[in-house]
Formats: sequence, C-alpha cells, structure tokens
Amino acid sequence: MNDGTQAVEQALSESSTPKPATETKHVKILNRDVNVFYGEKHALKHVDLDIYEHEVTALIGPSGCGKSTFLRCLNRMNDVIDSCRVAGTIEIDQTDIYTSGLDVVQLRARVGMVFQKPNPFPKSIFDNVAYGPRIHGTAQNKSEVEEIVRTSLERAGLWKEVHDRLDQPGTGLSGGQQQRLCIARAIAVNPEVILMDEPCSALDPIATAKIEELIDELRENYTIVIVTHSMQQAARVSQRTAFFHLGDLVEVDQTDSMFTNPKDSRTQGYITGRFG
Amino acid sequence: MTDAQPSHIVTSYEQELTRLRAAISEMGGRVEVQLSDAIRAISRRDAALAARCQAADASIDAMEDEIEELTLRMIALRQPVARDLRSILAALRISHDLERMGDYATNVAKRASALIRLPEVGPINGIARMGRLAHLVIKDVLDAYTDNDVERAVNAWRRDEEIDQMYTSLFRELLTYMMEDPRNITPCAHLLFVAKNIERIGDHATNIAETIYFEENGTRLEGLRPKGDTSSFEIQGEEPADPFDLDPPGPEDGSETP
Repeated sequence: MNDGTQAVEQALSESSTPKPATETKHVKILNRDVNVFYGEKHALKHVDLDIYEHEVTALIGPSGCGKSTFLRCLNRMNDVIDSCRVAGTIEIDQTDIYTSGLDVVQLRARVGMVFQKPNPFPKSIFDNVAYGPRIHGTAQNKSEVEEIVRTSLERAGLWKEVHDRLDQPGTGLSGGQQQRLCIARAIAVNPEVILMDEPCSALDPIATAKIEELIDELRENYTIVIVTHSMQQAARVSQRTAFFHLGDLVEVDQTDSMFTNPKDSRTQGYITGRFG
Repeated sequence: MTDAQPSHIVTSYEQELTRLRAAISEMGGRVEVQLSDAIRAISRRDAALAARCQAADASIDAMEDEIEELTLRMIALRQPVARDLRSILAALRISHDLERMGDYATNVAKRASALIRLPEVGPINGIARMGRLAHLVIKDVLDAYTDNDVERAVNAWRRDEEIDQMYTSLFRELLTYMMEDPRNITPCAHLLFVAKNIERIGDHATNIAETIYFEENGTRLEGLRPKGDTSSFEIQGEEPADPFDLDPPGPEDGSETP
C-alpha cells in the first residue's frame, strides 16, 4: 500500500511543472536595467529579467508593450534600426552581448531566431537546413552536412515527412511544415538559445499543437524565449511567463503561478481578458 | 467499453491526464482500505486497527488537495475542452466524493474504538455484511473508472439499492435490541451510526458512478436510482408518530422521492 502511495505522491510532485527547483537553475540570459529608445520614445523601461537555461520563457502583453522589442535585444536585432538605442546590461553566460568588438554574426548563431511568418529560403529543403552550417563552416565535408541536416530535421519533427523529398523547394511545404523547417534551420547551427516571435500565429491549431510539442522537446537542449499574442499558448508551452505593459515588465513568475494566481492586478486584468 | 482515443499531439498534456486518472485510482484504493479496515476493527474488536484507520484519513484529505491543485493547473494551463474537460471535472468531483467516503469510513473507525470498550451486542455480522457490500460497490465503480466502463458503473449504481435495504433492516433490528434492554442502547446507537455511515458511503459511490457516466457520455444518467432505504419513514410498534425522529423524510440525497 505504502509503495503505491509514494508512487502517486511522486507522480503528483513531478507534475508541478518546472522540473528542477528554481534556485539551482542556471541563469542563461541575465538582463539588468534594460532600456530601449526609438528616437525619443522610451519603448522598454528598466527591465530586469532572468532567463533560465532549459526553460521556455514566454513574453506576453498587449501590442506595443515592448515584448518583441525585448526579444530582439537578445540577439541584437535592434542594431539594424538606426533610431534604436539599447541601454543596460544583457549577459549570456556572464558575457555582455553589447560589448564592443563582439561578433554579431557569431552571436546570432548562438541565439537563433524563428519568426512569425515561416520564411524558408527559396531553395531546397536540404539547402535551407545546410545553409547555416556551410556559411559558419561548422561542417567540414558533405557527409557532415548531411548528418547535420538529418539530425536537425529529426529534432524539428520533420524528418519523417520530408526525408524522401529533400531536393524539393522548402517553399512547397505546408505552413506548419515550413515553420518546422525554419526551426530545423535555426538549430542546424547548434545554437544555445532560440528566440521565437509568434511562431504559430500563421498556423492552424493542429500545426500549432505540433510546434508546441516540438518546443517542449527542444527545451531539453536549448533555452527558449517565445513572444506570443496568445496567452493560452504561453500557458501551454512555457515554464515561466513575463508580462509586459507599456514598456514595463509588470510581472514575471512561474507559468502555473502566473495563470492561477497572478500577483499584479494588471496581469490579472490582462490574462482574464479585462483589459489590453 | 474502453475508449481508444488517440493520444494528444502534446505529450505532456497526455501525461497529466494519465497522472490525474492514476491519482484518483490511488485515492480510491485508499478509501477502500479505509472502509475495510474500519469494518474489520469492529468485527474483530481490534483497537489498534481502529486507531491506525483514524490516522490514515489525513492522507486521503491530502490527496484531495493534490488532485484539486492538479486539476486547477490543468484547467488554467491546458484550456481543456470536450471529453478532456469532462475528465478533469470528473476527477475533481470524484475526489470530493472519495474524500467524504474517507470521512465516513473514519467515523466508522471512531465508533469502532467506542464499541470495543462496550460489551458486544447487536448485529455485528449484519454490519460487516453491509460493509462488505459497500466495499464491493466502491471497488466496482473504481474499476469502472479505471477502465472507462460505463456499463459496470451503472450496474454498481443500481446495487446501491441493496445497501439501502440492508440499512433499513439493520435499523429495525437495532431498534429491537434497544427496546429489549436499555443497556444495549449505547452500543446499538453507535452501530446505528456505523450503518448510516456505510449507507452514505454507498450514496457517494453512486455519485461517482453518475460522474463516470457523465464523463463518458456528456449527459446525465437519466431516471431515479431505485431506493431501498425506507428507514426515514420507519415507525416502531404502534406509535403514531415519533417525536424523536431526527431523520424525517425529505430530499436529503437529491434523488429521493418522498
């Protein structure tokens, strides 16, 4: 009797979402007093946010709240916008990514990105995935490239569906498959962090469920930050949720706490559909 | 009857539903043990067993809390719909019923502790038989839950009538003992409560059967359950009315027709 009892108690305790205790978790990306200005506009204000390794962190909030702006700080995508100025500290594994002389191309290989609309290159499925390893020189020869393409497609859950037509154009796949192809392309360069900017907003519910299942599998090996307009999706896929509003980080907490007992009345109002 | 629904695309959702079902089965198992131990404590006059049984109730209550937490989290994070939503609500409801059953069984164990200190009188065998029958009904509904076997649940639901009939006949028998000798009143009053507790356990088992039906079909189990408990209307001898009838006829179970 006791054995069975313990088994269930264990099962119940295991189900309390984030696997290891937060205290022992490794902070992959440390953000301190991050501010972003577009010209005069103060778009992101004094954001302190820890992003933990092997967790999915979801950024939610109404349009214009700064969540995408914040996401784009993490691989310096904001650099390309002339009027944009980023202040504060962003460290990945204790290294400041805004330090002068840092190789941004290298950074973006470490911090991959998947966008809202699937954007495969107008090339074959194979070449889409092989592109990164080739230009970064991570694969030495043809068989290594093939190996990377296969494992990346497998990890993205796409291998079974495309292994017999790798030479066909990536743009010929369905929307959900194209998005998984983009994820395969992102992981082909062996990144540490994957940023996702509304990766499912152009997909139907089943394709969305497949991507969500994939995200859950990927966090074993990567740290994932996802921006989503769907707070239900944030609830489903993330272990930690950060709520932004008008450029402020209002609240960040474990996702199950956030969606059962948020601390801030603005969070409560937003996630229950009362404002925003 | 076992439904062969395909698995969810999201594995962790599927795992949570499996865990929830396992937790209910486990909690149900504990209630079964709780009841059979309490009955055994009475029939064997085992004070140690009665005490152990009372202590075990806390773990059943704790499981109810855990199941509630799990269901709350699943509703908040998974946004369940259709059959999944019914399954989660069913688990929540069943855990409440099981918690009540555990309380009644614990009360039986408490009365066992009192009865052991009193001279042995009354229809102990009848109580044990009623307890065994209730145990069988519980086991049936729990197995039905585990296997999604609605037919079995409905059969168990019907068998509650037997428990009710046994309760009525025990009620009469106990009144007779009490009238024979006032010294029997204390132990028999305890036994009367034991019988009532077991009868209530049976009622909660039928609630579970109804929940299983709802989970599977999405509709309520139609029709009134046959009731065998007429003790509420019972009048002993030729007395016209019982001024001490503390359990007057009424819709106490919802399904009772006056």
